[in-house]
Amino acid sequence: MAKNVKIYSTPTCPWCIRTKQFLKENNIPFEDFDVSTNEEAAQEMIEKSGQMGVPVLDIEGEIIVGFDKERIKQALGI
Amino acid sequence: MYDLIIIGAGPAGITAAVYASRKKINTLVITKDIGGQAAWSGEVENYTGYQFISGPELVKKFEEHLKQYDILLKENEEVKLVKKIENKIFVKTDKAEYFSKALIIASGKKSRELNVPGEKEFKNKGLSYCATCDGPLFSKKIVAVIGGGNSALDAALQLMRIARKVYIINNTAHLVGDPVMQEKVLGADNVEILNNTAVYEIFGDNFVKGIKVKTEEKEDILEVEGIFIEIGLIPNSDFIKEVAKNQYREIMIDRNNQTNIAGIFACGDVTDVVDKQIIVAAGEGAKAALSAFRYLMQYKD
Repeated sequence: MAKNVKIYSTPTCPWCIRTKQFLKENNIPFEDFDVSTNEEAAQEMIEKSGQMGVPVLDIEGEIIVGFDKERIKQALGI
Repeated sequence: MYDLIIIGAGPAGITAAVYASRKKINTLVITKDIGGQAAWSGEVENYTGYQFISGPELVKKFEEHLKQYDILLKENEEVKLVKKIENKIFVKTDKAEYFSKALIIASGKKSRELNVPGEKEFKNKGLSYCATCDGPLFSKKIVAVIGGGNSALDAALQLMRIARKVYIINNTAHLVGDPVMQEKVLGADNVEILNNTAVYEIFGDNFVKGIKVKTEEKEDILEVEGIFIEIGLIPNSDFIKEVAKNQYREIMIDRNNQTNIAGIFACGDVTDVVDKQIIVAAGEGAKAALSAFRYLMQYKD
């Protein structure tokens, strides 16, 4: 069963692009929220992570700020 | 023991690693991340062969090229100390210790910090070092850009299209960035430039609420929700004491990328090479690897 993965990102952020590349390379399906246009998602991201930096990943409730490859791998079990 | 350790995996370090592996040098690459500053570049239009490519895409190409070869790569590992002990190089990281015969330092540069109260507490809580990344979150808000050079103006140009108002807080008498960029920010009606002004504190609750600034005559409080610190870059060169550095803490090298210590080479933005460009860093990485190869050919245990 694939894990529920959400990413909060902006279109211009290099680490967001790298994070999404990484997920795609590992065939991980994810839902992408563009916080530059989606204010509701931006608010949700700030509440979940307590901060305003992107990207933020929500992997089954585990919140990861930034492209932290090791933590992402662990959370995904890959 | 490795023949060669390369510190850093930006354009310089990756190119050095590719050259080293083609020379069949037993190489270890230790790095915090892949791509370095190039990963942060928005648009790259001057890397020969690519008329246009984004920073992250170019870095992905570099990484793919690197991984074609059988190179040992330690990511998310930070070098804390480098020392030459007799004719060996000792490298201590936050995770382990290594020895090698030769070393290439390609550790690049990082954003300079302001060093004022509140800076650490509010990082990512309204305070950012990357307008390209985090700027869109400040739609219709009041923000401040700290700095007066090209990176500050670049940030202001991006933010003035997103934010309600942008303060540029510059601690010298005039902006120093490119005239073309200066004209653009001077012409914007939502940009206010405060020259001769220093930031001495950042405050807020859970998130940034404002900054305290002072000029020679007075102190003032500006209410802002976003702060972008763009005061230049400093070399990641603190982990090595013995090599000669210039006044900017850049590692001094000769034209063959040799430092003042035999067996220790350096390349890219961490060095005193004047032009900080992706393609220059890559070229310097190739040179450093070839110099290290020549050194290893003559190496005696």
